[in-house]
Amino acid sequence: MTETARLHVAPDHGEPPLLPPRRHLLGISDLDRDGVERLLGTAATIARSLDREVKKLPALRGRLVVNLFYESSTRTLSSFDLAAKRLSADTMALRSSGSSVDKGESLKDTALTLAEYDPDVIVIRHPHIGAPQLVADVTHAHVVNAGDGKHQHPTQALLDLYTMREALGRLEGLHVAIVGDVLHSRVARSLVEALALVGARTTLVGPPTLMPRGIEALGCEVTPEIGAIGAADVVYVLRMQRERMLAGAAYVPSLREYAMEWGVTPARLRPGQIVMHPGPMNRGVEIDPRVADSDVSLITEQVRSGLVVRMAVLYDLLAGGPVDLGPALEVA
Amino acid sequence: MTLFWPDGPGDNLAIRGARVIDPVRGLDGAYDVMIEDGIITALEPAVESARGLVLAPAFVDPHVHLRVPGREDEETIASGTAAAAAGGYCAILAMPNTDPVVDSAAVLGALIELAREEAAIPTGFMATISKGLGGEELTEMVELARLGAAGFTDDGHPVVSAGLMRRALQYSGVTGRMLALHEEEPTLSRDGQMHEGAVSAELGLAGWPSVAESVMIGRDCALAAYEQRSVHIMHVSARESVATVRVAQAAGTAVTAEVSPHHLCLTDDTVRTLDTNRKMNPPLRSEDDRQALLEGLRDGTIACIATDHAPHARHEKETPFEEAPFGVTGLETAFAALYTSLVEPGELELGLVLERMSAGPARIFGLPVPRIEEGERANLVLLDLDATWKVTESGFRSKSANSWLLGQMLRGAIVKTIADGRVVHAA
Repeated sequence: MTETARLHVAPDHGEPPLLPPRRHLLGISDLDRDGVERLLGTAATIARSLDREVKKLPALRGRLVVNLFYESSTRTLSSFDLAAKRLSADTMALRSSGSSVDKGESLKDTALTLAEYDPDVIVIRHPHIGAPQLVADVTHAHVVNAGDGKHQHPTQALLDLYTMREALGRLEGLHVAIVGDVLHSRVARSLVEALALVGARTTLVGPPTLMPRGIEALGCEVTPEIGAIGAADVVYVLRMQRERMLAGAAYVPSLREYAMEWGVTPARLRPGQIVMHPGPMNRGVEIDPRVADSDVSLITEQVRSGLVVRMAVLYDLLAGGPVDLGPALEVA
Repeated sequence: MTLFWPDGPGDNLAIRGARVIDPVRGLDGAYDVMIEDGIITALEPAVESARGLVLAPAFVDPHVHLRVPGREDEETIASGTAAAAAGGYCAILAMPNTDPVVDSAAVLGALIELAREEAAIPTGFMATISKGLGGEELTEMVELARLGAAGFTDDGHPVVSAGLMRRALQYSGVTGRMLALHEEEPTLSRDGQMHEGAVSAELGLAGWPSVAESVMIGRDCALAAYEQRSVHIMHVSARESVATVRVAQAAGTAVTAEVSPHHLCLTDDTVRTLDTNRKMNPPLRSEDDRQALLEGLRDGTIACIATDHAPHARHEKETPFEEAPFGVTGLETAFAALYTSLVEPGELELGLVLERMSAGPARIFGLPVPRIEEGERANLVLLDLDATWKVTESGFRSKSANSWLLGQMLRGAIVKTIADGRVVHAA
């Protein structure tokens, strides 16, 4: 994670106060290969602690982690919340509904309000790109991007790398096929960048209407042929994000046709491949239930990876250094 | 009569030893210029030259958002025209996409009255092509033209209906005023936030493809040719658009085009900063597009540089990129930005930039062409090409500071502006 105090939104309002450089995780581009390896290593160490009867570590005692969620989320919010609690941090969750956001408060003002509680970390999910950067600019907290628009979702990419390495023992040289709605997917954008960083090969597969023009520049191949997934070690299935499809946009003629042409079915897989999905799934659309429930599916492992990777990210931002598991906390 | 400002006597002054450049006359040399009662009375070779000072015909900007009526917190006629004076302009045309829109004699009349009271330079007002910018019914164009509308435009929106566009062209034969067009095919540009390309793919921002501009330019050039009328294409941004205009001009169609300083200086690469002052409509495009705009400007396909000065309140730009409104200010930085980014590095000739900022736009809209000649009214800008200055939020006359140049050092300053015989700005 890079040391930054960058101002991206409406910069140079007179002389901005010089904030001390803080580390953030706003996107995969905040990491280099060593940073990824360090986080995955920390996550592996933390994973061992989860096998103990008492799973809480004291590392972040007295720290405050705020989860600021402007979009509905089940797994990401619960994962960050539990990750912070397992590290003994205090947590606070704010959702856009039922808060001052409902009353039209701007993101800047919400962030300034939260900043008065001196949070150590603000985890933010927002429907628009750049929202995490804005929060980083106006608060003193470390900011973790839990998804901004269609832009980035870096902890998802890290947990996916972690899951792949646990299952296959390596990342370098892996061939990953990402199937589906890349156009509306922040998961895909983060994952493509992360895979390039660790030396894996990526092929994007899906209807041309759901492929962003120019995406090849990120270092991946693009094809509409579903048969291309046969060559991959990992088949990564994206959710058909119906909620992102604008009315009348008609990116695909029907979900039925999509399922027939690009659905990941047992017949389209070959032995030895593993299948992943960021969830939530549309069974019978992008993924056949027989695939989702089979041994080749790592979808539940991804959830478990999410917890340890997010613990690693919080630990790395606030404590850093090698993890000393120490004695488990006494049961009160 | 389409330009309005308070009545007043012309000034008397002498400007000695500056390098006088009038691209229209092909004049380039050191002269002493005498002005009496606002008229240029003498132009004589100078004995001594003033280093770095250039005297040129003052600029004309046919594309300014003054935000009046409706958003006087962002700009007023007084503040916007003061900004224009400070930027070297002797005349501007204001866009009609205000609240309420300028689509009736009542609104236009009130604006003209206001300009006669508070405009710092001669100011003209465009009226809309369609009532309420609704794209369905024509405004009362003859009445508006008689009252003083400088031209017609639905700027901010395309004229989506080809049928309405054709009627507007037919009707423009009666009004004698130019139709200025914002070209955007809405089912292609959709909710586009930036140029569609590798950068939008990476950022996950909805793309606004170049072809959404060029297909509409193609349509309107065809309609203009069919109806034997003129159209002016505003803020051209893409290579395909320049090519389409060039082909239409070669075929004899009366089509003119303008380009903004930001499209000439920036590319979509800068959107990676997520600075909301890099968000404009049409969006910043690729380096290849930028090169095509420069070629179009050099070969005359694009005859005019216009700022599309679009003031926005600070709190409205201080948001995530997708929530921010389109547009940046430009009146006070246009010349220096072009001089610093394009003239000094040798991409554009100084004389060409001066012509495209002055005579080019004036001719398109039938405004007086500023000329440096004995007997002409003085419309002059005195430039210091050696001066460097920093663009700061507090340095603007405009009420808004949403400039893409904040914090940057620029070369080339406006020392003095003379509009219609009166000194309207002196640094």
